[in-house]
Amino acid sequence: MRVFTSVLDVVIGGLIMGGIYALIAVGLGLQYGVGRVLNVSHGEFIMIGAFATWSLYTLLGVSPLVSLILCGPVLFIIGFLIHRTLFQYLRGKSESAGAFADSSLLASFGLLFIIQNLALLIWKADIRGYSYLNSSVSIFGAIFAANRLVALLFAVVISLVFYVFLTRTRLGKAIRAAAEDPVTAQVMGVNIHRVLAICFGLGALMAGFAGPLISMIYEIQPTMGLEYTIIAIIVVVLGGLGSITGSLIGGFILGLIGSVVTYFDPGLSLIAYYVIFILLLLIRPTGILGK
Amino acid sequence: MRILEGQNITKHFGGLAAVHQVDFDINQGEVVGLIGPNGAGKTTLFNLISGSLPATGGQIRYKGNKITGLKPHQICKRGVARTFQSAKLFAGLTVFENALAASLFGTKRAISVPDAEKEAAELLEFVELSTVREMRAKDLPIANRKRLEVARALATKPDLLMFDEVMAGLNSVEVAQAMELVTKIRKRGITIFMIEHVMKAIMNVCDRIIVLHHGSKIAEGTPEEIATSRTVIEVYLGE
Amino acid sequence: MNRVGIIFKKPFSLGLLFLALILFATAPFYVQPYLVILLTSVFMYIIITVSWTIFSGPTHYISLASAAFFGVGVYTSALLGKAFPLPVVIIAGSLISFVLALCIGLLTLRLRGMYFIIFTFSISELMRNFLLWWETTMTGTVGRWVVMVEHVTVYYVILVIFVMVLLTAYLIRRSRFGLALRSIGEQEEAATHIGINTTVVKTITFAISAFFMGATGAIMATKWKYIDPRIAFDPLLSFMPVLMAIFGGTGQLFGPVFGAAIFAYLEEILTTKFPYYYMLLFGSILIVVILFLPHGMVGLVQKWWGGGLNRKNANS
Repeated sequence: MRVFTSVLDVVIGGLIMGGIYALIAVGLGLQYGVGRVLNVSHGEFIMIGAFATWSLYTLLGVSPLVSLILCGPVLFIIGFLIHRTLFQYLRGKSESAGAFADSSLLASFGLLFIIQNLALLIWKADIRGYSYLNSSVSIFGAIFAANRLVALLFAVVISLVFYVFLTRTRLGKAIRAAAEDPVTAQVMGVNIHRVLAICFGLGALMAGFAGPLISMIYEIQPTMGLEYTIIAIIVVVLGGLGSITGSLIGGFILGLIGSVVTYFDPGLSLIAYYVIFILLLLIRPTGILGK
Repeated sequence: MRILEGQNITKHFGGLAAVHQVDFDINQGEVVGLIGPNGAGKTTLFNLISGSLPATGGQIRYKGNKITGLKPHQICKRGVARTFQSAKLFAGLTVFENALAASLFGTKRAISVPDAEKEAAELLEFVELSTVREMRAKDLPIANRKRLEVARALATKPDLLMFDEVMAGLNSVEVAQAMELVTKIRKRGITIFMIEHVMKAIMNVCDRIIVLHHGSKIAEGTPEEIATSRTVIEVYLGE
Repeated sequence: MNRVGIIFKKPFSLGLLFLALILFATAPFYVQPYLVILLTSVFMYIIITVSWTIFSGPTHYISLASAAFFGVGVYTSALLGKAFPLPVVIIAGSLISFVLALCIGLLTLRLRGMYFIIFTFSISELMRNFLLWWETTMTGTVGRWVVMVEHVTVYYVILVIFVMVLLTAYLIRRSRFGLALRSIGEQEEAATHIGINTTVVKTITFAISAFFMGATGAIMATKWKYIDPRIAFDPLLSFMPVLMAIFGGTGQLFGPVFGAAIFAYLEEILTTKFPYYYMLLFGSILIVVILFLPHGMVGLVQKWWGGGLNRKNANS
């Protein structure tokens, strides 16, 4: 019986983490897969979402779930604008795809430094946390905090909604077309510039959803961003570059692996991710579902 | 002497057979053409010979020795050179540096820098690019880019030179010049294997022609034979 | 062979360099100790940046493994410093980094573009996190104390490494090896087809660049005295050379030197005067540079100079 609850603990813990990983990976994957920008400041957007939620809750008592609905769209707009201005300009100026890849990567490093520093100025370097929906829920004998389950629920719902958006709506299909073949998509009437900016914004949207969820479950720090960016990259590569489904599946897989490793030694989880990542790059860089 | 021969060469990409059990041989001193509709597998075959791609099956022999499985730089040093369909020049380097690099590294025998510089200069003369030797390769017009590709390939002192659509994108005057260049190269004793779509060139310059379609060899013969072959005409008209 | 970048006539610039060298070599005698320490830091950044440029400049493979190689040097110093004399420690640090780079290179240099960048970054981070875990779990202490070395000695060692790395970078650029590297950077597929063994060339160059980073790490550890995985494998050490090289311009030899010197000096000032703002400033400068100075400062200078020289040639 004890074994069963431990296993359940690990599995559900893994799913919770996995749900968040899936969200942030889908976000990053869109920015890279369509926009061709490896946005290393992705984690900073997540951090901003987390801290905005913390501030709204501790100062104004706003529920994190409400903040989530606010942060998402706000960060979407910010992301959209940043792409429209900075990255579109770089795209126009770059002599080749390779040059754009390099310069956009470096520009996103610049964003990382700027955003993180701004956050440090506003919120100082301390670790923050708050408790929301802390009551315990019992599932088959295993005990979970309500906030974790709510986070998992939201993560799953958002992922599903997004998946439907990509496969059923016109805009979603335009995005996927642009990801597959930008030139043809443009010929077919897709406004590439707008789609790219929207994709970048959608990436920020995901960050804007993930940040609040994370803040509900974990303690947060202004320096937390990079770790999440790395995890997002690992999941994207694990799932296969260019595959949204892959990112979703990869997120849950990595979350489960992380949960298992954390059970034995929490300090090893990040190391485990890196080892998996390095092995992946060496053996099967295309990932699970990649082309 | 058979300078190049391929037996049962096959290349699969996933489930698709890009090249399927192709046999061929090329004798020293010949100019052999390789034609076929787009997607027939011609460039893939070149990639297999030059080592860019590993073969799924079959064997390729150069001067009697197996070269399947070797890396491109090893095959190059043995005397096989090629040009690329979309000229893969060293765009940021000068014309001279492009040729110099090939002179320095293209052969098994070690060569000193002054000697390599001399050879590179001579080759640029040969392809008539001496006047632009200090120009960056990316600033060259297309005809000169093709010439530079040829010069670079020649700098590796090949006995077999493979041209991949070297005349694509050239106007009729430039095509005639290219044909002259091919003849000049042949006179140097270099065997030539060329992929071309410009029929006039193929028919006039080649001793023999091999025809590929959907990855398989469907015909082989002299230009006259190929020009009158029903199989070949159907394939081209059908496309 | 490579004539780009020599603005002044050769004997003049050589003389200038020699003079500068003498000035730096004698600096500890007439300059305040604080400045000697500052110069040591600046040279450290220059060395790392120039080393990075030796490989990543011509080949355009952006490596973020600098922290890994530097950190290896640091830990070699920490572990061997008590038992072995300084020269041995430094050479050990360099060689271990060299070998590590050879291994990494052979494994991964077939990864291109983004994959290579992410991979090298992962190596650095893996080492940092692993050592952090190891030190806390297995050894019990996170940090280590390094045998102290006089700051003037540290300065001279750094100066020697600086001269060596500059010399190496210069010799590679002007040799056929340098031409091979640039060919690989321009068109790797074509490079293999003209006889260049790209794997060997890339791996060796990568290892040479790591060699100097390892040496620098080994000596800097003695200056810092206390080290831990966060200090030794600081990711900023991986980002900075990229930024500095791009700021200075990677086409020429003195571009990275120039970029690193300015940035290192800026960093020293900013971290002491505006410790809360320097990341903000760095990030902003980075973006400005990317947007408006794609060829770095040196490119900018060249445009001004080049305009003048071209006009002269047109008239003659």
